[in-house]
Amino acid sequence: MLATKAIADDLATAAPIKGRSLWADARARFFRNRAAVAGLVVLVLVTAFALIGPFIAPWNYEDIDWNVLGNVAEAGRPSLETGHWFGTDALGRDLFARTVQGTQVSLMVGVVGALISVIVGTLYGAIAGYYGGRLDNIMMRIVDVLMSIPYMFVLILLLVVFGRSMLMLFIGIGLISWLDMARIARGQTLTLRGKEFVEAAVATGVAPFRIILRHIIPNLLGVVIVYATLLVPSMIIYESFISFLGLGVQEPLTSWGALINDGAAEMNNGTLWMLLAPLFFFVVTLFGFFFVGDGLRDALDPKDR
Amino acid sequence: MIAFIIKRLLVAIPVLLILIIGTFVLMYTAPGSPFASERGVPPAVLANLEAQYGLDQPFFVQIWRYVVGIVTQFDFGPSFIYRDQDVNDLIGQGFPVTLTYGFWSFVVAVLVGGTLGILAAVRHNTWLDYLAVGVSIGAQVLPNFVLAPILVLVFTLWLGWLPGGGWQGGQWQFIILPVIALSTSFMASIARISRASMLEVLTSNFIRTARAKGLPMRRVIFRHALKPALLPVISYLGPAFVGMITGSVVIDIYFSTGGIGQFFVASALNRDYGVMMGITVLLGALTIFFNLLVDILYAWIDPKIRY
Repeated sequence: MLATKAIADDLATAAPIKGRSLWADARARFFRNRAAVAGLVVLVLVTAFALIGPFIAPWNYEDIDWNVLGNVAEAGRPSLETGHWFGTDALGRDLFARTVQGTQVSLMVGVVGALISVIVGTLYGAIAGYYGGRLDNIMMRIVDVLMSIPYMFVLILLLVVFGRSMLMLFIGIGLISWLDMARIARGQTLTLRGKEFVEAAVATGVAPFRIILRHIIPNLLGVVIVYATLLVPSMIIYESFISFLGLGVQEPLTSWGALINDGAAEMNNGTLWMLLAPLFFFVVTLFGFFFVGDGLRDALDPKDR
Repeated sequence: MIAFIIKRLLVAIPVLLILIIGTFVLMYTAPGSPFASERGVPPAVLANLEAQYGLDQPFFVQIWRYVVGIVTQFDFGPSFIYRDQDVNDLIGQGFPVTLTYGFWSFVVAVLVGGTLGILAAVRHNTWLDYLAVGVSIGAQVLPNFVLAPILVLVFTLWLGWLPGGGWQGGQWQFIILPVIALSTSFMASIARISRASMLEVLTSNFIRTARAKGLPMRRVIFRHALKPALLPVISYLGPAFVGMITGSVVIDIYFSTGGIGQFFVASALNRDYGVMMGITVLLGALTIFFNLLVDILYAWIDPKIRY
């Protein structure tokens, strides 16, 4: 009797055994991957640069330093004394502040584009995959049709017709980004649909849309996160591409693509810092996202294990 | 096979029509007349101009004319800015240029990328493999609009080997930098894809059988492994083609090659809707046609696909 009591007490006081969830497992795997962790650190640093930058920059991103103007190649060099840590651009505006601003825009475009694709694409794909049959057929044909259109041109058309604005850029990029995600989500849903837990939910009378939200989508999340991480850099590349052509964000706002374009235009004048500063952040961030994305894929995607 | 091609064509034609109509609707809803300028044009002149270009007609008449013009006569209509030129003239000027460097970029991307990927897989975990993987990772973060300035910086400004722009009727010196800038990222993707699929094929059972029979390695690779390994590369050719068409805009702008992209951006900047629409539709048609070609090629090569 006493013995059982002791055991019962023991059991009551003992810490509950912690099972290793899928996510804990994935986290452990992710942090073992050195390249992925390095990528994550880089991304955190770049984000910090974008967030803290405006508070430490001695100059504003749109103010022109009149002392520099007319002699940018000499006076606009990167230096600590003038407060132009990255130098100035061709118009005498502080490049550090502008790079900070461009980083904000580029990161935001990337993240918003990926978010739109996650929300729209996942829902679309999950619905198509879950209902199947003719609805699936029609929905995926639509995706096929949209995919075979040269999007960059339509996006530029949109920007020109409806005016260049941040909102239009987001809409345009959102329009492109969800297609791949919808395909991926559909494929995954097709395999999930036949699983027992979905069958159980159907048997207990859960409404179809609720099954999609509560049972299908949480199970898609791993794959979705991986592709979302890999989408962010491609969104950044899209935006930079458009800004490079001079059709993206409008002055005095800027983005990496616009800064790289400006820098490239001034290359002949020996003011290389104008190209190198934004280029550095662009390249480093893309590397960061690709490595984190690869790391997440190894950690979350059971296919490649 | 014929039935498959016809079926795919039947899908491609509506897509093309949707593209044309969508582009037209977009342009139609655009605020402001293409002839409105800052100085303000007298209403009578504006009305005359619009009548001349048929813009005073009802919507359905306009769109009918546009679609019929393209389908029957391959006529993309007039430019709204350059009064003496129509879209076909501009396309006729720019398209051969785009086609020239686009073709070479495609050849370079496929040949170099494919060779690199397959060599890397055959020599798995040697320096060659690491080189290929390194190159393809590096090229991922260097899209053409980033690579182009770097190439000009190195080869034109520092080394002075190659001209940093211009076309000169397509002499080889003027083609090299555009081709490198355009093809690198696709070359890297193709290398990555072909390496991965070759690695998979090389570990499969039929390759083990072939080697167990004592066939020389070269014969195993060329006769048995190459074909299945290249299938994923073929399915990537469609997206690569689209990417190159898009990239050609950057190349034209950056290297002033005078290709079709230059007209596209110029027309986008001065709101020449006629040219923008024409180029979008033309490139869309090309894309759809090329995807069709790739699909057919794939179905023809892959015995697993039934049509």
